Amino acid sequence: MAHLQEAAVKKINEICDRYVDEKTPLMMILSDIQKEYGYIPLEVQEIVSKRTGVSVAEIYGVVTFYSFFSLEPKGKYVIGVCLGTACYVKGAQQIVDKFSEIIGIKAGETSADGLFTLDALRCIGACGIAPAVTINGKVYPKLTVDAVPKIVNEYKAMEANNQ
Amino acid sequence: MAKINIKIEGIPFEVESGLTILEAAKACGFEIPSLCAFNHGECSKGSCRVCLVEATGARGLVASCVYPVAEGMEITISSPKATAARRTSVELLLSNHNKNCQQCDKNGMCVLLHVSKVTGARDDMYQGEQTPVTVDRLTPSIARDTSKCVLCGRCVERCKNAHGLGILGFEKRGFNTIVAPAENRSFANSPCILCGQCVSVCPTGALMEISEIEKVDAAMKAGKYVVVQTAPAVCAALGEEFGMKIGTRVTGKMVAALKRLGFKKVFDTNFAADLTIMEEATELLDRIQNGGKLPMITSCSPGWVNYAEYNYGDLLPHLSSCKSPHEMFGAILKSYYCEKNGIDPKDMFVVSIMPCTAKKYEKDRPELSVNGLQDVDAVLTTRELGKLIKRSGINFVKLPDAEFDNDVVGDYTGAGVIFGTTGGVMEAALRTAAFKLTGEELQSPALQEVRGFAGIKEATFNLGGKTLKVAVAHGMKNAKVLLDDIRAGKSEYQFIEIMGCPGGCIAGGGQPFVKPCFLPNEDADILDTYKAKRAAALYCEDELKTLRASHKNPQIAELYNTYLGEPNSHKAHKLLHTTYQAKEKFGK
Repeated sequence: MAHLQEAAVKKINEICDRYVDEKTPLMMILSDIQKEYGYIPLEVQEIVSKRTGVSVAEIYGVVTFYSFFSLEPKGKYVIGVCLGTACYVKGAQQIVDKFSEIIGIKAGETSADGLFTLDALRCIGACGIAPAVTINGKVYPKLTVDAVPKIVNEYKAMEANNQ
Repeated sequence: MAKINIKIEGIPFEVESGLTILEAAKACGFEIPSLCAFNHGECSKGSCRVCLVEATGARGLVASCVYPVAEGMEITISSPKATAARRTSVELLLSNHNKNCQQCDKNGMCVLLHVSKVTGARDDMYQGEQTPVTVDRLTPSIARDTSKCVLCGRCVERCKNAHGLGILGFEKRGFNTIVAPAENRSFANSPCILCGQCVSVCPTGALMEISEIEKVDAAMKAGKYVVVQTAPAVCAALGEEFGMKIGTRVTGKMVAALKRLGFKKVFDTNFAADLTIMEEATELLDRIQNGGKLPMITSCSPGWVNYAEYNYGDLLPHLSSCKSPHEMFGAILKSYYCEKNGIDPKDMFVVSIMPCTAKKYEKDRPELSVNGLQDVDAVLTTRELGKLIKRSGINFVKLPDAEFDNDVVGDYTGAGVIFGTTGGVMEAALRTAAFKLTGEELQSPALQEVRGFAGIKEATFNLGGKTLKVAVAHGMKNAKVLLDDIRAGKSEYQFIEIMGCPGGCIAGGGQPFVKPCFLPNEDADILDTYKAKRAAALYCEDELKTLRASHKNPQIAELYNTYLGEPNSHKAHKLLHTTYQAKEKFGK
């Protein structure tokens, strides 16, 4: 735990304390931490464990059960490809493969430059616009494989302009 | 409890409301095959689906371990639908199970194999992918092999219930789910105390002790002077490995078996328990009289010591500096005993038979050695001793009784015997402390106040005008209450006994498995009563002893007179005392 900054420890304890009156506060605490820091490494789980009394193994279990939580820092742009039934039959797997090929990472991984994370999601409830992709919350409806390179390039260009 | 009327297999019964179908059926004389369910629902999450039955009022089949009975409910166990469903459940479990049963250490005690037989499960009904496997054999104590795991969660529950620890948990999801310490780490770099309680409830071979039988074989083969010592709790349970009733004391047969196995000398660790009491009682009185750290806490249980080092690094000065009894014995054997008998300590190989998996780790601690020689060289559990005896073709049940060796060392008093159950160390220490403080023996050596299985026991004694307030805790969940009080400066005790396993050593992680499906001749509530039955065997042996206080042991007196000087002397410290160190919980 030594390499976590004091301020971060304080913040995490603060988040835990928001839900002291809840019967089962773990999901809410982890959601807030995920939103605040973008990931929940073991060091952070240890702090939550100490504060809440829930064992580290149990917290780790929850973090690895829900794909919403992440153990590793996510990229600046998180690409979520829905692999729910409707999207899948409309070719979502090929879309994942295309992103994978262009960026050079597998689903669940983050690119070395920290720009992209590629997530294969369970049904996101947007079956009407299948296959659906979200990038940092922005929805790309009825996406085709051919459109994928253009989207990736747009984000890369945006990043280059920012620098 | 209100009574309700139900029917099982068409027969009317009156049962208590609030029971699960599984419990109600058991009370009415039915045995529904079940796997994940443990005693009183300790782990009834309905996860394995082996106990499916038909029940009126329910939609489809129900898992009887979680479904409560209701007024008028009609339960069917034997219908074709229910029997086929149970068989399918087991076949599905088997489809993702490493079926090398001949090589499995749980062979003969595997609940999965039992329900396979009972439900008539067929081999290889469902073939396909297997979950990726993790095998952890990094600690000297416990092996974890996920290829044998059925994800029942008994170990997860036991670790939480006994210790409030929850080292093991469910990880990942779906087909990739495993039960593991966080990050699928080894027990070696997670804050596991290696007590082995998870091993004792695991229905399959997923969790087992790491066997050291081969080490002992090698020492014998190399012509070492191999001696063995047995912990008191072993003789109260070893008979179970040979089908004897729980609570049968088999001291004489055990000694006879060990002699036939070729050990040069067979000693009772109780001798060293008496020695421990001499050192510990002296240390306690010294702390009381000279303003030392109080309360002083016992240090016999290696599971508890591990827990303290991981969780209460700031309280380590409260622990008695005494080594645990078998370690003391090892140190005395390799010094005093070797000198007296002209044996080169380097040639001696000390084996401890223990009810414990944590002792395997303890013996490898670098601080538990003298002049570069490990005090104890190998630790076998009670179960491993059972295997060793069976392997050697000894008919244990028919063995004539034999006596422990007691040349120079080995004599023991009743005080040493009761170390094996919760409250025993406290009682033994008080018998000697009382004498030291008052100059008189206790009128009645049996101290009922510290006996029994309450989670925390407290007592106040008036000894020679001094008030001594003591407490006893077993299982880390209970210990935590006392420890947090010490940390907060609220503790009123002078002396605390803490044992890692709930019940103490008699229910240690290395003891014979208590699995009702393999014990048809035991009482239905054996899981509730086995600890008391084993403890009774120890208290019985204590009562049979003429000498019941450690300071009365003549060989101990001789050891001090001719070798150690006095308790807590410089020499005693070198041989019999140790140190502790705070540990990082999730080290790399």
